[in-house]
Amino acid sequence: MDSLISIFHFGFFQNAFWAALMASITCGLVGTYIVSRRIVFISGGITHASFGGIGLGYFLGINPILGALIFGVLSALGIEFFTRKADVREDSAIAMLWAFGMAIGIIFVYLTPGYAPNLMSYLFGNILTVSHANLLFMGLIALVVIGFFIAFFRMILFVSFDEEFALTNNAPVRLFNLVLISLVALTIVMNIRVVGIILVMSLLTIPQAIANIFTRNFGSMMILSVIFAFIGSMAGLLFSYSFNIPSGAAIIFALVILFGILKLISVGLKRVGKKFALPRV
Amino acid sequence: MESLLEIRNMSAGYDKKVVLSDVNLTVNPEDFIGVIGPNGGGKTTLLKTLLGLLPPIKGEIVFNESMREGDHHHIGYLPQVNRIDKKFPITVFDVVRSGLMSRKRLTGRYSREENERASYLLEEMGISALRKKAVGELSGGQLQRVLLCRALVNRPRLLILDEPNTYVDNQFERELYERLRILNKDMAILLVSHDVGTITTYVKTIACVNRTLHYHPSNKISTEQLAAYECPIQIISHGQIPHTVLMQHDH
Repeated sequence: MDSLISIFHFGFFQNAFWAALMASITCGLVGTYIVSRRIVFISGGITHASFGGIGLGYFLGINPILGALIFGVLSALGIEFFTRKADVREDSAIAMLWAFGMAIGIIFVYLTPGYAPNLMSYLFGNILTVSHANLLFMGLIALVVIGFFIAFFRMILFVSFDEEFALTNNAPVRLFNLVLISLVALTIVMNIRVVGIILVMSLLTIPQAIANIFTRNFGSMMILSVIFAFIGSMAGLLFSYSFNIPSGAAIIFALVILFGILKLISVGLKRVGKKFALPRV
Repeated sequence: MESLLEIRNMSAGYDKKVVLSDVNLTVNPEDFIGVIGPNGGGKTTLLKTLLGLLPPIKGEIVFNESMREGDHHHIGYLPQVNRIDKKFPITVFDVVRSGLMSRKRLTGRYSREENERASYLLEEMGISALRKKAVGELSGGQLQRVLLCRALVNRPRLLILDEPNTYVDNQFERELYERLRILNKDMAILLVSHDVGTITTYVKTIACVNRTLHYHPSNKISTEQLAAYECPIQIISHGQIPHTVLMQHDH
């Protein structure tokens, strides 16, 4: 136990702590929106398309995360555009972008002279190597996300729950869809450093699934998701340290175990009787 | 009395396909119009143009001054229940209050008066106890009531209902029609339905929609007339629900 506490004294672990907190906030809030609107697949497309940007970043010698950011936002807006204007089936458009982004990424990385040493950390993430500049960037996005969801909470709920009804009320549905999908892209790219491209979707969906055991209220689901995401990230970090396994995978593993345990308890209690049900928020 | 809105020589449809043409209809404040017609005849298209979801290809819909208030239309809308995502994490009270968002700024909040109005409607509808429930925990009839509260909370001058008699039990259906009769004292009602037999008891007039619109200024309409309007609808007879037996009559 002492050794577990003592790791908090390490600089890299303090960075990881803050990174986990920022990641939990953004993923908890944005993930609740993604899950509620059933756009998990779109988000997966955005995530993988942004790998193209990482490849381009290596090739041009600029910060790969900047490249990912550009690709992420453009693909988010691209999916919106294609399905609305170009009469392409939405799932096909997403799948195409998904594969195309990965292909571009691989081509650029291949064309880049020399070896790309950090590539693995973009695929699987490494929260322990998050830099101060990364942290600053994550903090900024966390602030933007928190501010946006607090300021426009009721309007977001309104346009998300029943889009057609909101349209009949002249609500700015298009605008909100575009801004929100851009926030989704920002959040995804920012969290690539933490758990990597392959696992980032789980940070946007598993905490929400856990929160959903306790609540069916958009606001409470956001707050609980942030809490569970943070618990999972910290538990994962400690696993990672104790057993010397990759941090991204350890975080996802911890979250799924947490979900499994709580779901089993909740189902079990429901069988026994309503009196013993887990608290609902 | 002044009319609420007028549809003038309107054609409407999607892309290159015209679904409705030469539609003319005037809606007055005391109207209770039953919109009937076969599937694919254009009922939904008519509804969408009225709600501003689909711009007319030709002609226009003119709203009276009293129906407009800046960007806000005084229309209350009850969609089909099966269009609602029941897994969405939202409580009954939040659904009802969201009907007020059209009058608000982007960062709008609800005032105390508005919260009380929403609570009062829930009570009126007999569903106060469901206030904190999530929509996923409701039955079809309960969700229908919640959506009706959402449509009414903004005090509309015109209430548009899309097939409110599907997915609900007979008891609720009867209750709904009685409630609409009372609401009709304060607002015009436009009720879209495929079930002619039941609605003709309650509506005052009938609009038959099949590629165009035939307005029938009474609620008595015979099968022969429906055929003349090219409105081939099956007339369904219900045992327990009050309904008119439709008879031939001369004009």
